Amino acid sequence: MDFNFSKSEEVIQKVAREFAEKEVAPLAEEIDREGRYPFETFDKMVKCGFTGIAVPVEYGGSGGDDITKIIVISEIAKKCGATAAILSIHAVFVQTVLKFGSEEQKQKYLPLVTSGGKKTAFALTEPNAGSDAATVKTTAVLEGDEYVLNGTKCFITGGNVADYVVVFASTDPSKGVKGLSAIIVPTSTPGFSVGKIENKMGIRASQTAEIIFDNCRVPKKNLVGKEGQGFKIAMIGLDGARIGVAAQALGLAEGALEESVSYMKERVQFGKPIAALQGLQWYIAEMATKIECARWMIYRAAYLKISGQPFTKEAAMAKLNASETASFVTNRALQIHGGYGYMKDYPLERMVRDAKITEIYEGTSEIHKVVISRAVLG
Amino acid sequence: MRIIVCLKQVPDTNEVRINQETGTLIRDGVPSIMNPDDKNALEAALRFKDEFGAELTAVSMGPPQAKDVLKEAMAMGADEGVLISDRAFGGSDTWATATIIAAAIEKIGNYDIVFCGRQAIDGDTAQVGPEIAEFLNIPQVTYVKNAKFEGDKLEVVRYTEYGEYVFEVATPVLLTAIKELNDPRYPTIKGINEAYGDKGEEKIRVFGIGDLVVDSTQIGLKGSPTNVYKSFVPVKNKVSEIIDGNNSKDKANTLVMKLSELNLI
Repeated sequence: MDFNFSKSEEVIQKVAREFAEKEVAPLAEEIDREGRYPFETFDKMVKCGFTGIAVPVEYGGSGGDDITKIIVISEIAKKCGATAAILSIHAVFVQTVLKFGSEEQKQKYLPLVTSGGKKTAFALTEPNAGSDAATVKTTAVLEGDEYVLNGTKCFITGGNVADYVVVFASTDPSKGVKGLSAIIVPTSTPGFSVGKIENKMGIRASQTAEIIFDNCRVPKKNLVGKEGQGFKIAMIGLDGARIGVAAQALGLAEGALEESVSYMKERVQFGKPIAALQGLQWYIAEMATKIECARWMIYRAAYLKISGQPFTKEAAMAKLNASETASFVTNRALQIHGGYGYMKDYPLERMVRDAKITEIYEGTSEIHKVVISRAVLG
Repeated sequence: MRIIVCLKQVPDTNEVRINQETGTLIRDGVPSIMNPDDKNALEAALRFKDEFGAELTAVSMGPPQAKDVLKEAMAMGADEGVLISDRAFGGSDTWATATIIAAAIEKIGNYDIVFCGRQAIDGDTAQVGPEIAEFLNIPQVTYVKNAKFEGDKLEVVRYTEYGEYVFEVATPVLLTAIKELNDPRYPTIKGINEAYGDKGEEKIRVFGIGDLVVDSTQIGLKGSPTNVYKSFVPVKNKVSEIIDGNNSKDKANTLVMKLSELNLI
């Protein structure tokens, strides 16, 4: 058993950390306040190859695997949960095309979305279909060589900035989830439009939008996999996405711990740094222990995925635990900062808000408990 | 076009402490980094590569672990690395170092530009670049703030505290870069995976004393004309004085007098 990073992974961590400190941290407060999508940071992430992680070089990717993905997402999340979310969700589209796309689709789309700077979204959720994918109302009707899409998707991260969206629509409403299909829709297609842009509690810079399909026609060859495979593709995509969200949660927790440690050494009360107070020392011990636990659960789930073993249960556990850890640790960190933590001059209140979403999206904690208990009880 | 970039691995001086007794750097546990000015030189070379498809060789002299800066350069886009490393090179001062690096550059051959950083953050001499140019007998421009090709001509802006010089220079030429030259890129994930894997290792050649044509009396500790007599940390003494006087004018006059006695104004 070896818990060490390879030399490349060590260097990637160092570079991602430097990138997060120099490029991500200075914008974090502003893009949160304004709810502004950080286009400039996305472009820089493309140049560094962050958008091509775990995609083979021949498709324009960066190589590497889920371990690389965890390293980069968590380092960025230490400084900005929203930027990490953008990267993590972009990867879901990319991995869906890589895993289920035809050779033609891979050659066409992967270079554009890994190193070509194009943005993506993953559109499953609808107003009445959140955790219950069987109630998807969006339809895709085959007419000649084209699918005609109609319907509305909501809460789509990056839906308003994406160049390509993988849409889960029903090609056979009579079959429920078995009638779902995954279709790539370029957002330049007539009939595609952006509706409401949500005003969110956290990860405000990763804009979340309603997207509308009104007789939106795309070529039949944009179907990913086969008709009726949509649910399976979505669920496998979300299995992988859980690792990304868990990495985001891990980074938020690690960032909050780092902020707390430096604050506790500087802040003097009763004539000594508050790091000398045992009550707060115990907070730090709890926070650090939970982070350690979260970290290795995530890396183990990634290891299982990379080595081709079943990982659904472990990814669900890692995501459930990491997101609860992120909420616990960021709240404790805010408490350690006292009144300053509650002010927007410090990043803690933003981290608390950014952490909360990790317990909700890409499957709520409750859904993850369903997944885990099914796996355990059989 | 071939560009050779000289890179030095240095201790990160932001994290360095000094042993007060010996006056030397405490290097234990201090991370090593690519010298910052050298990184600007590398970035300028990479931009020429992006623009003209130049072949880019990164060169570093140092112990075996200096390979790390060559790999970092390759992760950023350099094509290959040359590590100049031999026990016989140990203890070299700037003269000896430049002698050895110039010999290595001669061996690589066929170069158009040699790019160095202005100076290294651990020694701050700013001598090695200019000395290499002298040993290679090629023109040099130091403190380069901008370099671009206008057709076949290389136009270089040299930045000094008195003003800027714009030169048109013939190649081969040696340039030393300052931080104002550019904003270095990050290594890419793909570049890191290649450079730090087996592929990267294969792209690094190691030159020892046997590979170079150098006069052995001019290198290493014995061949170095500079001898460090003593190194110490300057003692900082703060003495305050409150100036007395009947009124502000008197006080100001006394202050001016004292400052001018100390040659401060």
